[in-house]
Amino acid sequence: MRTEHFVSLEPFDPHSIESLTPAQEKYYLASQWKLMWWKLRRHRLAVICGVILVLNYATIMFSEVIAPYDLHTRNTEFIYSPPQSIHLFHEGEFIGPFVYGWGYQLDMDLLIRNYQENRDVVQPLRFFCRGDSYQFWGLFEADFHLVCPPENGTFFLLGTDRLGRDMLSRITYGARISLTIGLVGILISFTMGIIIGGLAGYYGGWVDATVQRVIEVIRSFPELPLWMALSAVLPVNWSPILIFFGITVILAMLDWTGLARAVRSKLLALREEDYCSAAELMGARPGRIIGRHLLPGFMSHLIASATLSVPAMILGETALSFLGLGLRPPVTSWGVLLNEAQNINVVALYPWLLFPVVPVILVIITFNFFGDGLRDAADPYK
Amino acid sequence: MLTYILRRILTMIPTLVVISMLVFVIIQLPPGDYLESHIAELQSQGESVDEQKIKFLREQYGLDKPMLHQYWHWVIGMLQGDFGYSFEYDLPVTEVVGDRLFLTVIISIATILFTWIVAFPIGIYSATHQYSWGDYGLSTLGFLGLATPNFLLALVMLYFANVYFGTSIGGLMDSQYIDAPWSVGKMISILEHLWIPVVVIGTSGTAGMIRRLRANLLDELQKQYVTTGRAKGLPPGKLLVKYPLRIALNFFIADIGNLLPTVISGAEIVAVVMSLPTTGPILLSALQSQDMYLAGSFLMFLAVLTVFGVLVSDIALALLDPRIRLGGSATK
Repeated sequence: MRTEHFVSLEPFDPHSIESLTPAQEKYYLASQWKLMWWKLRRHRLAVICGVILVLNYATIMFSEVIAPYDLHTRNTEFIYSPPQSIHLFHEGEFIGPFVYGWGYQLDMDLLIRNYQENRDVVQPLRFFCRGDSYQFWGLFEADFHLVCPPENGTFFLLGTDRLGRDMLSRITYGARISLTIGLVGILISFTMGIIIGGLAGYYGGWVDATVQRVIEVIRSFPELPLWMALSAVLPVNWSPILIFFGITVILAMLDWTGLARAVRSKLLALREEDYCSAAELMGARPGRIIGRHLLPGFMSHLIASATLSVPAMILGETALSFLGLGLRPPVTSWGVLLNEAQNINVVALYPWLLFPVVPVILVIITFNFFGDGLRDAADPYK
Repeated sequence: MLTYILRRILTMIPTLVVISMLVFVIIQLPPGDYLESHIAELQSQGESVDEQKIKFLREQYGLDKPMLHQYWHWVIGMLQGDFGYSFEYDLPVTEVVGDRLFLTVIISIATILFTWIVAFPIGIYSATHQYSWGDYGLSTLGFLGLATPNFLLALVMLYFANVYFGTSIGGLMDSQYIDAPWSVGKMISILEHLWIPVVVIGTSGTAGMIRRLRANLLDELQKQYVTTGRAKGLPPGKLLVKYPLRIALNFFIADIGNLLPTVISGAEIVAVVMSLPTTGPILLSALQSQDMYLAGSFLMFLAVLTVFGVLVSDIALALLDPRIRLGGSATK
């Protein structure tokens, strides 16, 4: 007896059973980075912090323009001037942002300057104006500022230091060093972490054992004293730029261990996968297997954890410079500025010298939140 | 148990050897040996150089011998309690260090105790009340604590204490006890002053520990034995205390390895800001004047302190946790 297959003659559409909506289709076809981006976007706090960070980094491109004064302008008439306030109304009349005249009287008993507003002199601030001239990124001369002190007047929104230099301008310039040192440092430690961790994880055996021991030793050292010792032995006659790189390398040298550990443990697990053996059988060299097949699988995690260790670097630089072991004037970072606030007597008399604390804490908090959001987003399927 | 402790101590030795090499390299890094810079400094100040003393010191420390010999000499000296000679103070390092190391140890231990006492209840509360308002509030506070660098916190606290109370909260004891021999009064005075640096140093560590404890306990609370216990009708309090909490306690001790380096780092810089009579200020001044023997000894002390702290915590952990004692490894 001949058996006959039953074939339905009705047209068959496979999608009628399991059809993907366009949204679903987009989701399943999206690349990993796109998924991360979508997930990150939903994390509102991380997005806000990311925007703040981007703005912060944007300012360092135009520090010269944003700062009302030049970095080194000394207003010798206004040493240790307290912050001036901006007013909008003069005797009930709207004038726009202005400051009152600023002057001081010497208190001969206490030997301090008492700064006072001269309520009769109204000095409107100037915007998009010409002020102190500067070398824009050391490339060309310019004198354009976003906001300038009034003609024959002063504008010290955050006060001045012991040489009469405007704190606001110095903080703006300081951001350039403080923020880049974190990024440059993380670049170095990231590379070191991937290479060293990659070798340890891929080869295993004695390479792994050695690397593990080294990491253990570095981690068992209290970080800060070691940083202090290493930066103290940087030669005194190095130029500021060399010192900058020296400090960055020192910060990075103790920081790669965490990343190396992460890379190693991931590689140890992944190198047993079939696709890895396949690549090996086809004759791929270790460098290619690590770089092409293994690393991309967890790169997003690495970047997220790198973001989380940027604040430690910024803080390390601040601490070192604060102690006078890191960067030295004329290089200006937030830590160098805080170095002047080291003495409690100075701080008690001139508390505005503590202002650089605010951007340091702000940047560190935003980096932490942003990094946390990034780390969550790095696991898009969770 | 005994074999575990022995093995643990044996693995510590290579770590210490590598650390000592590292420290020795740092001591040697500045150009010229320290005697040369010392002579140069004396001459620049117009003082005469005592040839005899220089020669004595040079021989004493084997500076004319090769590097390896010097290292060997240094290590053997340390093992015998001779930590070298501070040129800035013109005293043997051991005399300069004096009580300072002891005070550093006291502050570190007090800080860790503080961290435990604060982190324990808050961590448990956060984990058992996940996503409640209390949890959110405490987490935010924790983030702030984690992000605020302790030396800046110290600066700000000094400032506010000065403005609102008109007092200086720096120092670690009342002035009459400085350089005084140890007595009950001095101890009490230290205890009275101790809490401010302890809070300042401990803040970030506490915040970190709360977060880790919360995460750990949350993992534990989702395990099946907890569900089983709940299904059997165990009261929630008993269910929490009987198993998950005990495992979280292990973690408290295991975490010392993470905590100790941070605490010691923090103690150094906070001590500089608050002018505490601990190792911090001296380490700083030794580094600034490149008094490398003194600085190197401090580094070595601090590293050994950390390594021993971790050793003690590992042994305590082994006593508490049979899984480690019997050769396995703790599930993190």
